[in-house]
Amino acid sequence: MLRIECPCCGPRDHDEFRYGGDASVRRPAHDDPDLEAWYAYVYVRKNPAGLHREFWQHVIGCRQWLVVERDTRNHVISSVAFARTSQA
Amino acid sequence: MAPYSAFSIFRNALSGQKNWQRAWRAAEPKPAYDVIVIGGGGHGLATAFYLAENHGIRNVAVLEKGYIGGGNVGRNTTVIRSNYLLDGNTQFYEFSMKLWEGMSRTLNFNVMFSQRGQLVTAHSADQLDGFSHRANIMQLNGIDADILDRDEVRRLVPYLDFSDTARFPIHGAIFQGRAGTARHDAVAWGYARAADGHGVDIIQNCEVTGFVRDGERIVGVETTKGRIGAGKVGLAVAGHTSILGAKAGLELPIESHVLQAFVTEPLKPLVDHVVAYGADHFYVSQSDKGGLVFGGNLDGYNSYAQRGNLGVVREVAEAAIALMPCISRIRLLRHWGGVMDMTPDASPIICPTPVDGLYLNGGWCYGGFKATPASGWCFAHTIATGKPHPLSAAYGLDRFRTGRTLDEAGAGPSAWLQ
Repeated sequence: MLRIECPCCGPRDHDEFRYGGDASVRRPAHDDPDLEAWYAYVYVRKNPAGLHREFWQHVIGCRQWLVVERDTRNHVISSVAFARTSQA
Repeated sequence: MAPYSAFSIFRNALSGQKNWQRAWRAAEPKPAYDVIVIGGGGHGLATAFYLAENHGIRNVAVLEKGYIGGGNVGRNTTVIRSNYLLDGNTQFYEFSMKLWEGMSRTLNFNVMFSQRGQLVTAHSADQLDGFSHRANIMQLNGIDADILDRDEVRRLVPYLDFSDTARFPIHGAIFQGRAGTARHDAVAWGYARAADGHGVDIIQNCEVTGFVRDGERIVGVETTKGRIGAGKVGLAVAGHTSILGAKAGLELPIESHVLQAFVTEPLKPLVDHVVAYGADHFYVSQSDKGGLVFGGNLDGYNSYAQRGNLGVVREVAEAAIALMPCISRIRLLRHWGGVMDMTPDASPIICPTPVDGLYLNGGWCYGGFKATPASGWCFAHTIATGKPHPLSAAYGLDRFRTGRTLDEAGAGPSAWLQ
């Protein structure tokens, strides 16, 4: 089991969270006509073997969206922060 | 290469089993090849075999970073079926099924293809309607499909939960009689041996670390065994497609996720078919040794670790017991994980790439084993001719840009939800 150190609730089992995927993607402005930017936002992922910044929502807890930095090779979590104040 | 036959077994028995040839040569890399296939899994080996068999291209090397049979071709749950709904998938997987039906003879290697039939249970009238739709599409494409009612399912698989207390009562099922399983190691070994017989060099413990370019064109690869030149390079590396693609400058619509598989202690014959649970993600078959081989959902977060999380073990076990209460006391013998390259629509990618000289075969998600022969057939065609095979034309990389995704489950575009 992964153990995620929620800034609100403390260390919790990852079963309490919902995965939200790569946190490095940026949504284009809603009136952006560049299809390539939308393609990259919806589909293209860096998918690193190593450090990965990713969204998790503490659904069975404080319901905050978090940005977790985790190594995809061994699942070591190096940082957890609130998504609303976190820079990608 | 001496062919395998009843006579060869007899002759080798008389000489104390000491004169069997190696199934394939332990090749060392030559300075250059016409085609290099990166990845010695089922798809890479099948590609090399069909390059030689169908296109006469025999100056080919398969580079495998580990050993033959050590990756996903030896980690899957060996299910083979062609019950797909969407145009492009339906025909491709049925072509694959036809290749499976002749594979042991083609390869002169017994892959133990067992057409024991596969059924998916339906748990509501609506779900059974959906299965009827699927069965109609299969039959229109000349594929066998049957819709079973509850009593027919009960006669076929009486060990499922037909009690009044079943959490999701069984309404019926969709059944494909030609579906089944095969011995997955034999598929890898059979293709490796047959490709080697055509002159293909199979080079194990040879990891590709980079690409060699001449201007924009890829003309070779850097490996842990030195630089090797290539007229064309084909990529068939399953869960590591993003890593090698990035070395070639490709940004891909792929995420790597871990999928677990399980086997129980051996039992007397119980499960005669492949059974899939329509109310949750669980499917099971019984191996020749008697173990129940089963699997379920992805772990659900990006992973390159070839091992899984206990939470999913519990979820899969819960689904198993809901469908088959009779196995609740059986002990798990082993469970393991494999890294899947998940696409946003859960369909694969076989195509030329924007990089000159590089061809891509990946994104097989958790369904690559059944596709092994057709994938190799179509990828060999793509490499040999530079154009997609008509049967894999729907699997282009540009389908995500143009909105022509093939999303069987309707679950996209989050790869981990497929």
